[in-house]
Amino acid sequence: MDLDFSPEEEAFRAQARAWLAAHVPRAPLPSLETREGFAEHRAWERTLHAGGWSVVSWPPAYGGRGRSFLEWLVFEEEYWAAGAPARVSQNGIGLLAPTLFEHGTEEQRARVLPAMASGETVWAQAWSEPGAGSDLASLRSVAVPAPGGWLLSGQKAWSSRAAFADRAFGLFRSRPVGDGRPHEGLTYAMFGLDAPGVTVRPVARLDGRPAFAEIFLDEVFVPGRDVVGAPGDGWRVAMSTAGSERGLTLRSPGRYVAAARRLVALWRAAGEPGDTALRDRVADAVVRARAYQLYGYGCASAAGGPRGAEPSLTKLFWSELDLALHETALDLLGAGGELAGAAADAPAHGAWAEGWVFALAGPVYAGTNEIQRDVVAERLLGLPRGRRAPGGAAASRERAGDGRERERPA
Amino acid sequence: MKFTLDTEQQDFARVLGRMLGAADTPAAVRAWARGEHGPGLAVWERLARAGVFGLAVPEAFGGAGPLPAEVAVAFTELGRYAVPGPAVETVAVAALLARLAGAGRTVLAEAWLPRVCEGGALVTAALPGAPGGSPYALDADVCDAVFVVPAGTDDLFLAAGHGPVQPSLDPARRLAVPRCGAEPAASGRAVREAVRHAADWAAFAAAAQLLGVGEALLERTVAYVRQRRQFGTPVGAFQAVKHRLADTRVGLEFAGPLVHGAAVALSAGVPGGAAAEVAAAKAAASDAAYAAARAALQLHGAIGYTAEYDLSLWLGKARALRSAWGSPAECRARTLDIFRK
Repeated sequence: MDLDFSPEEEAFRAQARAWLAAHVPRAPLPSLETREGFAEHRAWERTLHAGGWSVVSWPPAYGGRGRSFLEWLVFEEEYWAAGAPARVSQNGIGLLAPTLFEHGTEEQRARVLPAMASGETVWAQAWSEPGAGSDLASLRSVAVPAPGGWLLSGQKAWSSRAAFADRAFGLFRSRPVGDGRPHEGLTYAMFGLDAPGVTVRPVARLDGRPAFAEIFLDEVFVPGRDVVGAPGDGWRVAMSTAGSERGLTLRSPGRYVAAARRLVALWRAAGEPGDTALRDRVADAVVRARAYQLYGYGCASAAGGPRGAEPSLTKLFWSELDLALHETALDLLGAGGELAGAAADAPAHGAWAEGWVFALAGPVYAGTNEIQRDVVAERLLGLPRGRRAPGGAAASRERAGDGRERERPA
Repeated sequence: MKFTLDTEQQDFARVLGRMLGAADTPAAVRAWARGEHGPGLAVWERLARAGVFGLAVPEAFGGAGPLPAEVAVAFTELGRYAVPGPAVETVAVAALLARLAGAGRTVLAEAWLPRVCEGGALVTAALPGAPGGSPYALDADVCDAVFVVPAGTDDLFLAAGHGPVQPSLDPARRLAVPRCGAEPAASGRAVREAVRHAADWAAFAAAAQLLGVGEALLERTVAYVRQRRQFGTPVGAFQAVKHRLADTRVGLEFAGPLVHGAAVALSAGVPGGAAAEVAAAKAAASDAAYAAARAALQLHGAIGYTAEYDLSLWLGKARALRSAWGSPAECRARTLDIFRK
C-alpha cells in the first residue's frame, strides 16, 4: 500500500500548477450567481479550455486530455489550491457529461461535449418540480410524441444556474403512471432554455442572488436526437447522473482540502485562539478533508469512483463537511463574519460568506441528506424498505422490486 | 499509487476473521475479566502462529515487519472479535524496543522481541509521559514483562511488580500501576525518541482496533433491527433507526482511509513523520466507533444495556479505547499539520 505518484503524475501536477499560477485571475471574479459574474465565469471556462484544462479526464476528441481518474483528482487539488474560480459549467461537466458517456450516442457526444468543454454552452439541471422534490418520480411534466420528436410541457423548479444558462437536461413523463411504478415511463431530454415555449423565471436564493430558476415549458419541441437513452428509460439514465452528483465528480476532495488549508491559515492568522472548542473544529475540518482525499485515492486505486449506492455516502460526507468548515470560518472571523459576500470589507473578498451560503444548500440539493440516509440504510446496510411511499411500509414493499423505487436523483 | 489492500492482505483479514469467529471470543473476554486467562491465551497462541505479533517487529528480531498495513488489517479483526489482552501494548513494546535497537541499544530487543513474535512472552507497557500515554499498564498481571517510562523521565524500566488490578469500563481491560525496578534498563534521548515512536504505533493499532469494534457494533445492530418487530414491522424500517445507522456507516467508511493513510505514513519510517496522520486516524476511528456504540445501545433498547448480552463487550471497548493512547481532543490537536507541506 502506498500513496506515491508516478513521475508522469508528478509532472502532470507540476504542469497544472504552473499553468494555473499564470492564468488564475488575481482578483476573485464577481459572484457566479449574478449576470455579470456568470459572463466572467464563462470567459474563464474559455481560457481553461484554450489551455486544455477544462476537462482533463475526457478523451481528446471532445477537448480533454484522456487523463486517469487519479490525475483528475490531482488536477482538482491544484485547481482549488490555486484559488481558481468556481466552475460555471459544473452541472454539464459533472452531471450531463458522465450520463452521455454512459448512455448517450456517439452523435450526441460529438455534438454536445465540445461546446460544453469550451463554455460555449452552459447547462442547467431540470429535475425538481413544485410537487416533486424528494419524491422525484412523482414528477408531472410531460413529453408527448410529436413528428420528429417530443413536445415538453410542465414546470421545473430549483434549477441551479438556469437563470443564465443556455440549455438544460431533465426528466419528463412520457407514459402515464397507471398501474406501473412511478419511475417507469420517464424520458430524459435536453432542451434549449431559449427555445420557443420556454419561460425562465429566476429565483433569488437566501442572499438575494438568482442562483436558480423556475422553468415553464409550454409544448417545447425537442427533436428525437436530444433524448438520452431510450424514451421511457429516463429513470435509469438519470440514476447515473445522480451517482455523479452525489459521488466524487461534482464535489472533488481537492475542493475541501484547499478550504481546510485556508481554514487553518485563518486560525493561525487569528493568533491560534485559546478556545479549544474552536481549535477542535478547525482540526476536525482538516481530519475530514484528509479522509475524503484518501477516500478518493482509494477509489482511484480501485479503478473508479464510488459505485451503486456508495455515492450517497460521499454526498452525506462532503455536504456536511462543507457546512461545518464554513461555519467554523465565520465563527473565527468574529464581528467580520457577518459581512455578506458583496460587502466592501468582507474578509477574503467575501469568499467565506459566499461559501457558507453555498454550503447551506448542500444537504438539500442532489437528493436531501434524509434521502441519502435512506439509500445508505436500505441499499448498503440491507434494512427493510421504508415508509416513504403512500400506503406505508407494506405498500412500499409490494411496489418496490429492484431496490430503486423512490430514490431521488437530485 | 496503490491505496487499497492487496489480495494477500485481504486474504489475511479473511483468515484471521474465520479463525477468531470460530474461537468464541465473548466467552474468552468474560473469563479474562474474571482473571481467568486460559481461554484468551489460547486465542493468543493462535494469533501468534498466524504471525500477528511479529507484524510490528523487524526481521532482525524474529518478526516480519514493520508492516503497518498488515497491522491495520490484523487489529481491525482483533477489534471486530473483541479479542482480550495487551495487543496494542505489544505493538507499542515492539516499536519501543526496535527503535532503541536502531539507536544501538539492541539488548532488550534481542531478549524480548523474538519471544513476543512466537507467543512465548506477553509484554505490556505504561508510558505516562508519551503523547496519549497512561500511568496504567494493561494486563500487567498476566505479562512476563512490563516496560515503564515514568512521566518526566527518559528512563526505561522493567517493572518489578504492580499495584492492585483495577477494572476498566471494558471488562476485558485490567489496569494496574507498575512499580519500577531500581535500575533503568535504558536511559537518555534514545528512550525519549523511542517512547514517542511507540506511542504513534500504539495509537495507530488502537485506531485500527476501534474500526473493527465499530464495524462489529454496526453489523450486530443491523442484524438486530432487521428481526426485531414493533408496530407490526421490523424496527429497521423506521427512518429514525435507518438514519442513525446510515450516519454510523458514514463515520466508519471515512475513518478507514485515515487508518490506511496512517499505515502508509508509518511505513515511511521518518521519525515523528507519521504523528499527525496517526492522530487523525485515532480521532476519527474513536469518534466513529463510539458513535456506533451509542447507536447500537439505543437501537437495541433495554437488552443492549444488560451485561449478559454480548453487545456489552464491544460497548465497553469502544469507550475504553477512545481514551487509550490519545483521546480525540489530544489527537485533534496534533492533526493541524497534516496539510502544512
